[in-house]
Amino acid sequence: MSWTLAFGARMTARSLLEVRDLRISFGTDHGVARVLDGVNLALKRATIMGLVGESGCGKTTLARAILGILPPNARNDGGSISFDGQDLLAMDRTKFSRDVKGKRIVFVPQDPYSSFNPLFRIGQQIMELMKWKSPRRTAGERSLGALLTAYPKARYRIDRDAAMAMLREVQIADPEQAFAKLPGEFSGGQRQRLMIAMSLMTEPDLIIADEPTTALDVTIQAQILMLLKRLAKDRGVSVLLTTHDLGTAYEICDDITVMYAGQDVETAPVEQFFAAPRHPYTARLLASLPSATGEVREIGGEIPNLIRAPNGCRFHPRCERAEPSCAQTRPGVDGQRHIVRCFHPLAVREQAAT
Amino acid sequence: MSAPAPILAVQGLARHFAVHNSIGMRSGTVKALDDVSFDVKHGETLGVVGESGCGKTTLGKTLAGIHTPDFGVALFEGVDISALAGAERRRIAQRLQYIHQDPGNALDPRWTIRRSLEEPLLTHTTLPRAEREARIREILTAVGLPATHLDLYPHELSGGQQRRVGLARILTLKPRFVILDEPTSGLDVSVQATVLKLIRSLSRSFDLTYLFISHDLAVVRMMCDRVAVMYLGRIVEIAPAEELFTNPRHPYTRSLLSAIPQIGGRRVTDTFVLEGEPPDPGHLPSGCRFRGRCPKAAPLCAEREPALEPSGAVHATACHFPGDARNA
Amino acid sequence: MRGFRQVLTKLVRDRSALLGLILVAIVVLAAVLAPVLATHPEAVWDMNPKDRLLAPSSKWLLGTDRMGADIYSRVLFGARITLVIAIVAVGVSLLIGVPIGLWAGWRGSWIGEALMRVSDVFLAVPQIVLAIAIAQTLGPSIENVILALSLTYWPWFTRLVFAEVRRLKNETFIEAAIALGVPHWRIVLLHVLPNVASPIIVRTSIGMGFTILTAAALGFLGLGAAPPAPEWGRMISESREFLPEAWWYALAPGVAIFIVVMGFNLLGDGLRDVLDPRIRRAHDG
Repeated sequence: MSWTLAFGARMTARSLLEVRDLRISFGTDHGVARVLDGVNLALKRATIMGLVGESGCGKTTLARAILGILPPNARNDGGSISFDGQDLLAMDRTKFSRDVKGKRIVFVPQDPYSSFNPLFRIGQQIMELMKWKSPRRTAGERSLGALLTAYPKARYRIDRDAAMAMLREVQIADPEQAFAKLPGEFSGGQRQRLMIAMSLMTEPDLIIADEPTTALDVTIQAQILMLLKRLAKDRGVSVLLTTHDLGTAYEICDDITVMYAGQDVETAPVEQFFAAPRHPYTARLLASLPSATGEVREIGGEIPNLIRAPNGCRFHPRCERAEPSCAQTRPGVDGQRHIVRCFHPLAVREQAAT
Repeated sequence: MSAPAPILAVQGLARHFAVHNSIGMRSGTVKALDDVSFDVKHGETLGVVGESGCGKTTLGKTLAGIHTPDFGVALFEGVDISALAGAERRRIAQRLQYIHQDPGNALDPRWTIRRSLEEPLLTHTTLPRAEREARIREILTAVGLPATHLDLYPHELSGGQQRRVGLARILTLKPRFVILDEPTSGLDVSVQATVLKLIRSLSRSFDLTYLFISHDLAVVRMMCDRVAVMYLGRIVEIAPAEELFTNPRHPYTRSLLSAIPQIGGRRVTDTFVLEGEPPDPGHLPSGCRFRGRCPKAAPLCAEREPALEPSGAVHATACHFPGDARNA
Repeated sequence: MRGFRQVLTKLVRDRSALLGLILVAIVVLAAVLAPVLATHPEAVWDMNPKDRLLAPSSKWLLGTDRMGADIYSRVLFGARITLVIAIVAVGVSLLIGVPIGLWAGWRGSWIGEALMRVSDVFLAVPQIVLAIAIAQTLGPSIENVILALSLTYWPWFTRLVFAEVRRLKNETFIEAAIALGVPHWRIVLLHVLPNVASPIIVRTSIGMGFTILTAAALGFLGLGAAPPAPEWGRMISESREFLPEAWWYALAPGVAIFIVVMGFNLLGDGLRDVLDPRIRRAHDG
């Protein structure tokens, strides 16, 4: 167990990342889509948080908001994102790009087939990253812009060795040879390993992994999840993992937040989440998973259109426990470690039925 | 006492693709399907599972007539459809249908739903317009969509609704046999449940036999009567569904099953042991194609490629050392 | 057709496309309403030497030419000639090029490749040189200009359609239609062709501009309609000996050519943005 983890355990449980009441909307041809409607999220250091939900729930938008890569037609309607005590939304953009984005908060994208530039060798792409985002880059190095700035030779050698070591950690055989290859010469699973390696090279505090194993076969998925979990835990790095696959969330997450139509509805430690969900949507979602008994249990109705989303709790039109109050206002936060946003949550006793 | 003939009997089906290197010269052959044999009984749902490159989609498309097989025989209702071509092959489409992985994409984006649903009827029947309209509405109700959707375009429907339209389009011809290619991939969990329920009810009301191709083992377990596991173009194990999941014999099947997350159970990331990746399909190893990753590999495995045996048995495995879960 | 109205609405929102649309509309109206709009319709074809080379005034809006004809009226009637040449030449190119492209793209194999090589040959022929050759052999006339332009423009459509059809062949809905047993001719006509329509429309608009420019060049060289037809290119050619004093002589037809070509180009670009579903999706975010 590395000293980082031990040190981290001694630190207070202060959140690494806190999203408060974040509201984001997109302008579209058909109207304004309120994609995030007052979302709360708290991620502690050295934990793996799963962000789970179906299409349109906003998990990808939330991930992009944290990274600062929202599309141009996105509008921030309120709320804050606080990372290690600093307000990301208010931060100067240059400082954010230099110090936070791609360095302390990194991104592992979903599709391993389009995440690398197919024309440049892996080695070139990795060293390009290290040139700007290496943890050994000091504030003293002068920058003459992207094209003119040189890569200091001493740092280059150290960074290259570190990169090789990292590739070995992710079980890429023969890193020297890998450096000389083009992305097209690697399989999907290998590319995800490379992506994970690249994300860890900058010694980040937070990895945001957007459906990192969705495009992979289930046996490769198992390998990648194992790798991600081990590396993150060893280095005390937090991971925010978005996924629509509850099985993946169960595998490596410490806590799980489930979102529905732009609202966060429940957050719980993983065991409690699956064994004793409190939000009706969570319970129905878990019930609709393919079961060994062969019974198919669906959730009636459809995911709402975000342009004309229901008021209050957005799940209320499909919820059998809904009452008029659910359509008026959004339920507030209830609970400490196991948080539910519902006026009529399932009580602890009731889980026996699900 | 003889059982009724299977509705589909496949024997030695093979389809090869040529692989070209960067200067366009042929550098190898990928055997996307290699000596595949199995039967499907009337009314059953046969699942075909495997990971990418295993050939399950090629199998579906070859049986559907989109690809032509290079070797082998496929007897559908007694007729060898692998040997047919042109108009004769097209006529088979009325009774043997194929649903794409993403049926929304299988609809012409510029055609209304009505037009897309009418097309099979216009191609294969001579029904007058009033009857076509009636048949379309009947099918639409069967898949649970309102008649108002007839005038919409595909992009105006949700993913789940597009899938239903895809199903409806096949059903307008009242086929006997339907090949479902990844019917639930890309769908949200809640929508998936609805689509699966629909597939099941349609099988009863239309008396359908299904070939259910999927990589999602949990879904296959729930929906299929028998399951065939494919690896790099061959069937490595075939058994009744419950039997396969509780008592898998082929080492690959066991690895595959052990890789599936089971909520509430053991964590795959704690126990999973399959290393490496499948070999380059253009350069398969000699003998058994799984031996590079198999914990049980022995010299025999490099010499001889195992055949699916016992041939014709209820539970057959292509392995020299098939195991029992009990023996591990 | 619902799609048509949607396209029009989107087009109008794009300002440069709207400008293109307006410019094209102006030229079309000028051509159609020439007898009404012209101040001296009779002077287009007659000779009136006493009024020759007069500067623009309230009587002669854009001045007169060397025959004393009203340039403004001649430009308006010239629009007819220009548009006729463009429409017929591009139309014939379409009718030749699109079916060849469809067939070559769908059949593929050596037939397709052979047809593309044939189109390459025609593409390599310089339009002006061919036009001169035809004019030498068959005599200068509008018909021969159209012939030369059609013979050299059809490959553009063929190449475009060929590439699109090859791409569409791999689309899921085409595969699905094949799986349904739909006969190939139906698939090509009813599925492939409508989906190729967008690039064809864009190429048509841009082709109009291109063709007009070339037709004007041919007219300038004296290969087009014989005088006294008010062909814009010829008018510019005639004006050369009177420049720079009679500045209005070349200006009017020159500006007219400029307006119509720019109009078609802007319209074509606008249509491309509106009709390309990928660009459309980017706007929707």
